[in-house]
Amino acid sequence: MDETVSRRQACGRIVRAGGAIGAAAALGGALWDRGGPNRTEDGARAQTRDFRLRDRRLDRPDLAIAKQASDDPAQLTRAAIDALGGMSRFISRGDVVTVKPNIGWDRTPVHAANTNPRVVAELVRLAFDAGAKTVTVTDASCNEPNRCFQRSGIWKAAYDVGADVIIPAEHRFRGMRLGGEVLDDWPIYRPLVEADKVINVPVAKHHNLAKFTAAMKNWYGLLGGRRNRLHQNIDTSIADLATFMQPTLTVVDATRVLLRNGPQGGNIADAKDIGVVIATVDQVAADAYACQFVGVKREDLPYVKMGHERGLGTMFWERLHHVEV
Amino acid sequence: MPKARRRWTRLLRRKRRPGSGLEPRPVIRRLQWARRVSQVFFLGLFTYLLLETGFRGSFAATDERVRVALPVEGFLFADPFVSLMTVLSTGEVYRGLLWSLGLIALTLVFGRLFCGWICPFGTLHHFFAWVFPNRYVKGSRRIEQNKTHARRQRIKYYLLYAFLGAALSGSAIGGLFDPICIAVRALGLALLPTVQLVTHSATDAAANTNVRAVQTTSDAVADFMATSVWQSRQVYFHETWFIGTLLVAVLFMNRFIPRFWCRVLCPLGALLGLFSRFALFGMEKDHAKCTDCNLCLVHCQGSDSPQGGVKWRQDECHMCLNCEVACPEDVIKFRFLPGWRSRVDRPDTGRRTAMAAAAAGVVGIPLLRAADVIDVNYHDRVIRPPGSVEEKAFLERCIRCAECMKVCPNNAIHPAFFEAGVEGVWTPIVIPRIGYCEHSCVLCGDVCPTGAIQKITEEQKMGIDRDPIRIGTAFYDRGRCLPWAMATPCIVCEEFCPTSPKAIWVEETDVPKREQRPRAAGEEPPLTTVHVQRPHVDPELCIGCGACEKVCPVQDDPAVYVTNVGESRSKTNVILLENTGYNQG
Repeated sequence: MDETVSRRQACGRIVRAGGAIGAAAALGGALWDRGGPNRTEDGARAQTRDFRLRDRRLDRPDLAIAKQASDDPAQLTRAAIDALGGMSRFISRGDVVTVKPNIGWDRTPVHAANTNPRVVAELVRLAFDAGAKTVTVTDASCNEPNRCFQRSGIWKAAYDVGADVIIPAEHRFRGMRLGGEVLDDWPIYRPLVEADKVINVPVAKHHNLAKFTAAMKNWYGLLGGRRNRLHQNIDTSIADLATFMQPTLTVVDATRVLLRNGPQGGNIADAKDIGVVIATVDQVAADAYACQFVGVKREDLPYVKMGHERGLGTMFWERLHHVEV
Repeated sequence: MPKARRRWTRLLRRKRRPGSGLEPRPVIRRLQWARRVSQVFFLGLFTYLLLETGFRGSFAATDERVRVALPVEGFLFADPFVSLMTVLSTGEVYRGLLWSLGLIALTLVFGRLFCGWICPFGTLHHFFAWVFPNRYVKGSRRIEQNKTHARRQRIKYYLLYAFLGAALSGSAIGGLFDPICIAVRALGLALLPTVQLVTHSATDAAANTNVRAVQTTSDAVADFMATSVWQSRQVYFHETWFIGTLLVAVLFMNRFIPRFWCRVLCPLGALLGLFSRFALFGMEKDHAKCTDCNLCLVHCQGSDSPQGGVKWRQDECHMCLNCEVACPEDVIKFRFLPGWRSRVDRPDTGRRTAMAAAAAGVVGIPLLRAADVIDVNYHDRVIRPPGSVEEKAFLERCIRCAECMKVCPNNAIHPAFFEAGVEGVWTPIVIPRIGYCEHSCVLCGDVCPTGAIQKITEEQKMGIDRDPIRIGTAFYDRGRCLPWAMATPCIVCEEFCPTSPKAIWVEETDVPKREQRPRAAGEEPPLTTVHVQRPHVDPELCIGCGACEKVCPVQDDPAVYVTNVGESRSKTNVILLENTGYNQG
């Protein structure tokens, strides 16, 4: 027990102990969170995405309705695009293109809850013909995505014509500022916004809450997180999304339309063959035109009105330069 | 012997062999390597099948009928413990379980070859027993560990008898201890989701670096994992921490007793041990040559007394062949039709204790059921997957193998903790808040190896031209529902309701609501009228899938929830008179 500690040892121990205390204090100081009011980021700007064509050609129509050309969805699609002046009006050589169909539900094409795969495949083909570098086809589904992509027939149809089909995995979402009236900070599905050109390919169908949905509502597929809260103010939500995201081209698939039990249907008898494809540069006009197929008037769709008032497009589609083929 | 070949054998031989230094027969050395290759192969195969237990979709298919392409439940089909239990409880061999005869045949020829060469769980233990021993467990300590410990090694036989007894009483509860079931359960429900979480946080951190190259790499990694290893979403399993902890614990036991699980607890090993006495292949010992060097014991896996001077315990031997390779004195010989003078062929269990164990199993099940959870106080949230047979028959068949939970693409099926009683621990229940039952999906029945969940078709499940399969009924909590209680439009539940016509219907109505605009302090907000759609459930149409519960925006405790009343499998658990099972005879 009677152990003597030399001065050298004692000094060494004191220095080491002091060093440890000092280091702990320095680390603590560096990591100390003083609390208090958080700095808010009021200055953050909305990161809206506008993919519309910059130069509007007055000699070309802005709205094309294909109904007589054929019974075949693919031919209708081609006819509508041709009537607008061909895909090369919208897509330049080397563009990275994203095609956004509705792949929301685990339903087969006959149920008309998702976009018709032949319409999607035809658009992919036209985009490649116009010189697109890559064409991505994707959506953030409501039901289990793998089932939706496979059973909708869109996965195979798009893959067969060379598109990249991306399954919406969690890491594909990134928080962004939408800057909308009710939607601000939400996880956004990146493949839809990281592109040169975006083609929106919704299916026109009945929706019990919004009454009718097609183009503008299709941007629900942008959002991750718990988007079930949007329904509390569904019209403003839809308008906010359409404000955030303005596509190069909107192609509404109304070849077969779900008339009741929307948005997912499930009974073959719920859907009816209409045989129409609408192509337009104006997503508000697209909805304003297509709502007639489920027997809804455009005045009764608040989100269409909001889109009109916000200047996203016009609900009076007949005022656009339009053609029927 | 050519020079190169000599160098190769010298590399394999780590040091000079002690004692007489006799080399083992080349065939045995080759067989030992064949065993190692076989173990790696079967563990790899098991892992591959486990990862393929799910649905990832494909660009090549437009099949409306989604099925699992591979026989992912194959290891369970080959499991004679599972088939014997279900034969005792149900009196029949379900589907692929007939394959287990193949494993019995293998055992009748080679003894417990399965344990040493094939069993993926055994290989895990073999591996951990190899890497775990601390530096103090060498030489004599190791030899002591590997000597036959009769009292300890008997336990697995008693467990086997008790579980077979329980099967006679109508419960396949032995699945709790089946090594294949444990492997699927622990690796699939605990380990894999944990690895997924860790990987996600790593790729998230990489994606937040704002370095382009790092981000692309992390995206590519995350893509690969999402499309080839797991699915696009993080999976969670109910109370799975306990399953994971048990796995860690039983693997850690290898530090104290090598292959503790296989020697002491495994009822499948015990069952194969009972059959191994007829094996045509076995060990012969030349006791006279033994120098008691105990090298065989150092490497013994089954703790089956390979050393000279005592009898070989055939029912404990895993046929790993390490002892013959280790023996420098030419004592041990594995061969077909060996002499039987120097073996013990049957387990070291007393007849009375064995019968007592079986009786405990027989009596134990009624004891568990006399508790009030199955017949009279059935938990309302024990929602069995679609196609499940009636609860008693379900417990006769369900081996808790977790295949249905792993395959469910929506992460809807979970291991019950105590919701279904002690007997029901780790049986599958649907927890809609975590994942709902996808309307057209029949994968859980597709992979169930015992028929607890029957193989059903889409038409049967969705009720095309017949009654659909119901797993429960949805109910509204009107005090929490937005249109009902807060005059706020919502009906996401109605949107997601998959039946046609929808089981959720809405009542259009105008209701008073306080106006939400800025006002002076203390001023009473004025009332205004808003139009809402109030949802109702039609119990005739509701199938209990739980999509409504999953998507309800009332985040903490959903305003619509599913309980199991009205499930098609039960004649008594019904609400409506017209749905009462007795009516349908």
